[in-house]
Amino acid sequence: MKVMNMVQAINNAMDTMLAEDKSIVVYGEDVGVEGGVFRVTEGLQGKHGAERVFDSPLAESAIAGTALGMAIAGLKPIIEMQFDGFSYPAFNQILSHIARFRNRTRGKFTVPAVIRIPYGGGINALEHHSESPEAYFGHTPGLKVVIPSTPYDAKGLLIAAIEDPDPVIFMEPKRIYRAIKQEVPEEKYSIPIGKARVVNSGEQLTIIAYGAMIREAQKAIVMAKQKGWSVELIDLRSIWPIDRDTIRESVRKTGRVLIVTEASQSYGPAAELISIVNEEAFLSLEAPPTRLTGFDTVIPLPLGEKYYIISPERIFYEIEKLIRY
Amino acid sequence: MFNQETLDKYSPLDNKVYQLMDDDGIPLSKSWKPSISKEQIMQAYKDLLFERTADFMAISYQRQGRMFTYPPNLGQEAIHIAAGMVMQENDWLVPAFRELGAWLAKGVSLREIFLYFKGNEDGSRFEKANRVLPVAVPIASQLVHAVGLGYAMNYQQEKAAVFAFVGDGGTSEGDFHEALNFAAVWNAPVVFIIQNNQFAISVPLKMQTKSINLAIKGIAYAVPSIVVDGNDLFAMQEVLAFARKHAIEGKGPMLIEARTFRMGAHTTSDDPTKYRTKDEEEEWALKDPLKRIKGYITAKKLMDFSGEEAMVKEFKKKIDLEFEAAEKHPEYPLDDVFAYMYQDMPSELKRQKNAYENYLQNKGGDQ
Repeated sequence: MKVMNMVQAINNAMDTMLAEDKSIVVYGEDVGVEGGVFRVTEGLQGKHGAERVFDSPLAESAIAGTALGMAIAGLKPIIEMQFDGFSYPAFNQILSHIARFRNRTRGKFTVPAVIRIPYGGGINALEHHSESPEAYFGHTPGLKVVIPSTPYDAKGLLIAAIEDPDPVIFMEPKRIYRAIKQEVPEEKYSIPIGKARVVNSGEQLTIIAYGAMIREAQKAIVMAKQKGWSVELIDLRSIWPIDRDTIRESVRKTGRVLIVTEASQSYGPAAELISIVNEEAFLSLEAPPTRLTGFDTVIPLPLGEKYYIISPERIFYEIEKLIRY
Repeated sequence: MFNQETLDKYSPLDNKVYQLMDDDGIPLSKSWKPSISKEQIMQAYKDLLFERTADFMAISYQRQGRMFTYPPNLGQEAIHIAAGMVMQENDWLVPAFRELGAWLAKGVSLREIFLYFKGNEDGSRFEKANRVLPVAVPIASQLVHAVGLGYAMNYQQEKAAVFAFVGDGGTSEGDFHEALNFAAVWNAPVVFIIQNNQFAISVPLKMQTKSINLAIKGIAYAVPSIVVDGNDLFAMQEVLAFARKHAIEGKGPMLIEARTFRMGAHTTSDDPTKYRTKDEEEEWALKDPLKRIKGYITAKKLMDFSGEEAMVKEFKKKIDLEFEAAEKHPEYPLDDVFAYMYQDMPSELKRQKNAYENYLQNKGGDQ
């Protein structure tokens, strides 16, 4: 075991898989010599060669579309969209082709590609560098959308994504890239996609979250504990597929649910999760299923971000309202 | 014969069209000899006639209400037949949607093509065809797939080329430019073929671009590019054969603007009288690719055409059998809506499918 942050764990996952499987290639903007703007691919080109880990020209649609061609021909591409807000030019390729090639060709051609996207706010970044576009991908049939919240999960989920026979959008909460350090096995392991993790067991309320919001929810749960309230926390790990079983079991037990997402509200993941709660645990509910999400605004530039990004205090405020409902 | 020297001397900036036969099929140069055999020429004529017959039949099936929207190929067949002659088993075909003869040459069955345009994804299984991608509707989006295939061919050290098609309208799309650029930087073995049929549905070429031709767009990307008479089967065959060799010898991509005219409608839902004149159509009818190859065959006395009517009759029988087979395809089962989205059906899809099945069961009907 070695102590790693999320950047190191993701790097280690790719390194492990590049060494094992010669069909894997890693490319995108600045991922080669520089090792990526977040250094997630650092050292991989030196170790595995410039034919396997390389800088592509700067065009996200072609990065995604060429990955489809490579995948059909038997390679396993791992591509990087440098920032969340730069994934949009690739959207046509992801939605119109990558997500549906298996279906269109009745399984003859498949796209076992991984699209890595560093995402979310909280890093004092430029415009278009702090977005949470996961709902677009979760809404797209044919994709899986995986979002880790710890270094250990990041490595295991990324290996599962690489080994998955279908395209996986792997969203990396860049705000916690270096915030959490954890013991991570150096050998290969994988975590099944679609199975949520109960981070904290509790009796009175369930929080469902993912990505960078897990850490904020954990802080709020500490505050709730001081009041004597017992809160359960579920880390979804993937927003598609969604682990209904874990949600059902938890909400039937607690009767209260709070969904926390950094993504904006309307038509977002929280809306989907509340529908699932209603379908699975309606008769157990003791308070309205509640969501705490980003506003339906553009995420503000760094000086205004403090209003948008959800703090542990705001989560605690919602916990208190629900407990006292 | 088209060779490296011809390419070196050629510049799209001169706006010249590479052409070997005149409108009547008479070679422009006395010293020119076809690089394909007499048998291959006759076969190409038959394949072109077959494509044209199948295309007419497809339109009539559609008119009879037995098939949905279909994009006719009339006037553009020489490009497809030439590509079909050049492509090898291990080459990739990346179509747009108007390349009937090229699909058939790669082993796609007419039954499958009809089935696809009848509205069933089973028609994209291409069971006996090796390395053919399905129809690509979002314009030019398929070109970047071709470049990815090309990268893989280099990576896997396979001597195979990728033949990627796009229309004139597609050259305005970002993916066209991204594909040319990536292909050049990666030295990908891709042969880009623009079927410049003068109209993108109703929009004429002059409203699509200010460029003097479409091949010049390759210059900026350092992709060797050429304008070819797309209705001249020999010119197309020579240039495509050269481009394939160029690709598999590791010299990278080429861009070929095949100049042609869509004699029919964009699709069976389109009415070309709204946007083009009879004069234009008549002018291009003189350059018809079938007429020209027949002109050549007649001039060289390779065969007479007394058997053509009987041959077309045979073709029609065969085409009808393929269409009937498509009509006899099993009913689209509910399973097929869900079964191919993922390798292992996720529980959410199972849940949605079960809910629909329960609805059917409780209602006691079929839908």
